[in-house]
Amino acid sequence: MRYSGFRVFTQGLGGNKGWTPAWRRPDPKPDYDIVIIGGGGHGLSTAYYLARNHGLRNIAVLEKGYLGGGNVGRNTTIVRANYFLPGNSEFYSHSLKLWEGLERELNYNVMHSQRGLINLFHSDGQRDAFARRGNAMLAQGDDAVLLDRDGVRRMVPYLDFEQTRFPIYGGLYHPRGGTARHDAVAWGYARGADRLGVDLIQNCEVTGIDIQNGRVTGVQTTRGAIRARKVAMVVAGRSGQVAAMAGMRLPVESHILQAFVTEGLKPVIDHVISFGMGHFYISQSDKGGLVFGGDLDFYASYAARGNLPMVEHVMEAGMTLMPMIGRARLLRSWGGIMDMSPDGSPIIDTTHVDGLYVNTGWNYGGFKAVPASGWCLAHLMATGTPHPVAARFRLDRFRTGRGLMDEEGTGAQHNLH
Amino acid sequence: MRIPCPCCGSRDRREFTYYGASVFLDRPAEDAGLEAWDAYLHLRDNPAGVTRDLWYHDPCQSWIEVERDTVTHAILSTAPVARRRA
Repeated sequence: MRYSGFRVFTQGLGGNKGWTPAWRRPDPKPDYDIVIIGGGGHGLSTAYYLARNHGLRNIAVLEKGYLGGGNVGRNTTIVRANYFLPGNSEFYSHSLKLWEGLERELNYNVMHSQRGLINLFHSDGQRDAFARRGNAMLAQGDDAVLLDRDGVRRMVPYLDFEQTRFPIYGGLYHPRGGTARHDAVAWGYARGADRLGVDLIQNCEVTGIDIQNGRVTGVQTTRGAIRARKVAMVVAGRSGQVAAMAGMRLPVESHILQAFVTEGLKPVIDHVISFGMGHFYISQSDKGGLVFGGDLDFYASYAARGNLPMVEHVMEAGMTLMPMIGRARLLRSWGGIMDMSPDGSPIIDTTHVDGLYVNTGWNYGGFKAVPASGWCLAHLMATGTPHPVAARFRLDRFRTGRGLMDEEGTGAQHNLH
Repeated sequence: MRIPCPCCGSRDRREFTYYGASVFLDRPAEDAGLEAWDAYLHLRDNPAGVTRDLWYHDPCQSWIEVERDTVTHAILSTAPVARRRA
């Protein structure tokens, strides 16, 4: 069923009795050309682009829980292309362009809102670094505006500009940055993939990967064995467990990252604002809740919930930046399981097993990457060659030391990101 | 989260600094080769369940090997790294 304003109107007249499910609930077939392990944003977009760009149809997405029940449904929904390093820069630029056409492409309202993103800086050195980053973004063909303190003040007058610890010197403004409705992105890709014939199989946990003579032949699942010519592991924080089924150890540690939302308030924060010194970022959802997050708890965890010291730290950072939010009441907090790579950049690559592909290492930035990640993994699986904008996301870059992309500049080592 | 320091008893998590998996102690020989060093520096078991990792207790300045569950955050045992190294 195609969605449109006219359809909403006529359905409204008919008591909304004519809506049909957005996707089928098929039973797994015994045999597919391609199996995607993981029904999150990246897995669903991979399946969608395999069908849409490469004309492949015999595809299954296996999800152990429900579609979009992992990190794609638990993040701070920020979409941006303000990366600095070659490798990351062209990839996220490509992703943002896909975002800009996504609603028409999917015939689905993902509520992509390019409300602008402001990265604040607090010293002369940081201003220089942000000017350089802005120039890199412009050179990439994206947009960036360096704002001085008055420029920031005109846009967001409610910040505490005079704080003694981190006085605000200005900000790097990225007008095309913004937010999107996170669940809707998963649902939109799920519906799009289903319409192209992809089987989306939920409550189907992969328990083994079948390999014969160095070639993948299928997977074992809680709903029976499934044969496949190609298998992709797109499981974010669970990458360690799934890769172990293929005898692999990955350069990935799973860490906890917390996020928070307040009760609904009247519109007050028009942009996405990030405060790097406190590792704090905030936007306001269309429902009115202030959505914000902080840094990792900094220990390996699969608990999907964090500890109170980081909650306290995030609240302190928020109060430092914008004291006005002190009266808002926190409604919910949650934790996502982050697949942290040593250099903070992702991996989209083949493996030592023929026909087995890996997509992991998204750290705390996987949401904005959903369209391009699927686009590029689909390209790799269908054509056998890496997509040009993801060619540097190699699995072996840590082993060889070539092509590390340490965007933070803290060192390509596990405990430093 | 509270962590029992072998030296100081049960202490708040904020007094500790996390380093990572305790395989860091099993340093390969200098001539062990590329694969061994890659495995040591980069590759991780990353278990969902019982793990051993290294924490530094700032007040008593001791490194501690902590056995804990990454799914429940339960601490199972702690031991000073110095004893293991001895």
